[in-house]
Amino acid sequence: MKDFNTNDAMVEMFLFETYQLLEQLEQVILSSEANHCYSSENINEIFRIMHTIKGSSAMMMYNEISVLAHAMEDLFSYIREKNPENFFSAFLSDLILDCIDFVKIELEKIRNNASADGNSAGLVNRIQSYLSDLKENGFIPADENMKEEKVNYFRAVVYFEEGCEMENVRAFAIIHNLEQAAIGLKYYPKDIIDNDGSVEIIRREGFQIYIKTAETQEKIYEGLIQTVFLKGLELAEIDEQTFSEGFEVEKDADSSLEAFFDEQDEEVLESQEEEKLPSQEKSSFEDGQKHRNAEHHHVLPTQSIISVSVAKLDKLMDLVGEMVIAEAMVLQNPDLEGLELSNFHKAASQLSKLTSEIQDIVMSVRMVPLSATFQRMNRIVRDMCRKLDKEVNLEIIGEETEVDKNIIERITDPLMHLVRNAVDHGIESADERQLTGKPKSGKITLEAKNVGNDVHIIVKDDGKGLDKDKILRKARENNLITMNEADMSDSEIYKLVMLPGFSTRDKVTEFSGRGVGMDVVAKNIESIGGSISIDSEKGKGTQITLKIPLTLAIIDGMNLQVGKSTFTIPTITIKESFRPKGEGVITDPDGNEMIMVRGQCYPIIRLHKLFNLKTDVTDLTEGIITMVSQDEKTVCIFSDRLLGQQQVVVKSLPEYIKRFKKINGISGCTLLGDGSISLILDIANLIHNK
Amino acid sequence: MNEIQINMMEEENTQEGRYLIFSIDNESYGIEIRYVTEIIGIQTITEVPELPEYVKGIINLRGKIIPVIDVRLRFRKAAGEYNDRTCIIVVDILGMSVGLIVDSVSEVVTINASDISELPQMKQVNHNHYVKNIGKIGNDVRLLLDCEKLLNDEDIDNLHEIL
Repeated sequence: MKDFNTNDAMVEMFLFETYQLLEQLEQVILSSEANHCYSSENINEIFRIMHTIKGSSAMMMYNEISVLAHAMEDLFSYIREKNPENFFSAFLSDLILDCIDFVKIELEKIRNNASADGNSAGLVNRIQSYLSDLKENGFIPADENMKEEKVNYFRAVVYFEEGCEMENVRAFAIIHNLEQAAIGLKYYPKDIIDNDGSVEIIRREGFQIYIKTAETQEKIYEGLIQTVFLKGLELAEIDEQTFSEGFEVEKDADSSLEAFFDEQDEEVLESQEEEKLPSQEKSSFEDGQKHRNAEHHHVLPTQSIISVSVAKLDKLMDLVGEMVIAEAMVLQNPDLEGLELSNFHKAASQLSKLTSEIQDIVMSVRMVPLSATFQRMNRIVRDMCRKLDKEVNLEIIGEETEVDKNIIERITDPLMHLVRNAVDHGIESADERQLTGKPKSGKITLEAKNVGNDVHIIVKDDGKGLDKDKILRKARENNLITMNEADMSDSEIYKLVMLPGFSTRDKVTEFSGRGVGMDVVAKNIESIGGSISIDSEKGKGTQITLKIPLTLAIIDGMNLQVGKSTFTIPTITIKESFRPKGEGVITDPDGNEMIMVRGQCYPIIRLHKLFNLKTDVTDLTEGIITMVSQDEKTVCIFSDRLLGQQQVVVKSLPEYIKRFKKINGISGCTLLGDGSISLILDIANLIHNK
Repeated sequence: MNEIQINMMEEENTQEGRYLIFSIDNESYGIEIRYVTEIIGIQTITEVPELPEYVKGIINLRGKIIPVIDVRLRFRKAAGEYNDRTCIIVVDILGMSVGLIVDSVSEVVTINASDISELPQMKQVNHNHYVKNIGKIGNDVRLLLDCEKLLNDEDIDNLHEIL
């Protein structure tokens, strides 16, 4: 199909956009399904998406996709025309979702540079037969007598993309298009064609239009959104007075404009209002871009979004990291020692302020809300419910929580596993639930929230919960128990399910049961420095909490010195630091040292012993102990002295070093202010190996 | 496109047959100049635990963190003191930047293909397998190293097996 060398950037853009559209479409379908009704705006939305996909895929010569999209468009154009009320068909939802899946598979092929060779004929046939079926049998007859004479007033501000050129001509094209639908039009700047200065105004303030029309906001919005090079669009309803005042109040329009309007007024168009939409309602188009709505009359520039490749952001991040280090190198330069430099220090503190601000901004640029990831779970839950014949509601809380882009990528799979597990293992069948007095449909809650420097993601179900005895039995069968069963706390027992090769499921299903899920989840989460805890109550449900750091790139660290080496401990893991007094230190027969602190006994890790370093400080009373904890386990790390706390830029160890093996207890390295290198301790690993 | 390729080929050509000569003890070794990125003096090296002895650690090269190998130890010679003659040759091999610590760096020479001869076949298995060829400059002999072997040899594979 694609037998010529297409521009990569174009393919990339096509993939990106189409994926977004598909995701939107999926959400529309799922929300319609949840409401058990295809509202007319949803039908319009589907139609619009299909139209766009058809156009772009045809342009890119992906014929199968475009043929399929065309068939869908036909179908929805028919439905839209007939506009049935309360129309719903589960069959139709399945059909569309199948189509979405088909297109997704094709897109994946394109992404992997394979040819998009799937055949959509089967789906197209299904759509066509469904369409002819609809035509013959019809659905609930549409209410066609809804010619509404109501006149609406809108205010629209159109922003063009930067660098699209000829904004005035484009603006004129919009006016030209609107003339069809509008009874009256006013716009600013008005002399768009004759005055070249208007280009500047449009660029700066956007192109503002007051519209008097019999059409609904939806219709107008739809018309405007199709404008080429559109960057942002504001559309809000206004009252008649604002309209008649026009731009005279604020912009001092001259009378020729009025003349123009008089002309316009005569061309009153009887528009066939086909859709009945609740008046005054807010536009429900989810247009990716934020589209400002509602009643404010101020000109607020719409949030303009550009997409930047992650590689560039990574590079920027690296550079900012370098800059932070370079700054420290200048400010803490040994040459400055002992000099009285009040002006220098003033300038320096200004510089520090700026760099830390830049750092914050760069970090925030990389932050992405979890919503896309969360929304994807809707589809998984729906599909699984169908297949397993269960009823499950997915509740999503805090999807606007933001985390680093890199982290999002790495938690999508684990989350998917967890949600699948919850539906498959957690939620019981409807009959079973009724027997135990629970509501018929199960509930899964997906929640994200910020807690300090972490993001907590919670997957909670109200299913049958984990069966401790069964877990223990299975663990025994698979020889996974390493400690005394009687001593195991509940959370330790639950943790067993995250061991490789563990599955309580007796038979392997399509979705889960192979015992590879949870250990992969645990590994993925650990690899980004997060942790998992499981809480469950038999018969009530299970709650799995993922604790994930906000970012991987810059952490707060405490620097320790051992001999000539420097180590960094992530500050969040540190509980306290103290100098031991000598008493309370216990040594067991194997030579393992432990220390008693406030009645609790903690193992001591001597860094110089662990890493075989030469140091003069070997007596515990001369050095310092830092108590660190992760995953509810605590150890004491012994070092020569503390060097202080600072933000460090995490760098991974060179590839060559990593090739030897994964070095236990070290997760990466960082550069200190004096240009020397400090090794970052991997606390989870240290604790685990203790 | 073509121009770039020609340029690259020219560059390749100018590098062809050119070797950076460094010494360890009394021996002179040569490595192909195309691997070499730069030569720096000895720097503070941060030790990384649990590595073979010849991997001395990591250094900070203008914000880039690169590992350094002591070539002496790599050749199973006795460790030497580092002094102001000690150099780190930064090489880029198979996309990895690695620093090679050597006693001193002397010159860059051109050795004609006709002056390069195969290493005599020797029975001892453990003989310097990092030396690929022998180059002649007048009456002097230079041992030409196989850079890729310097980093990737069975030692690493062995390590993988042990661990």
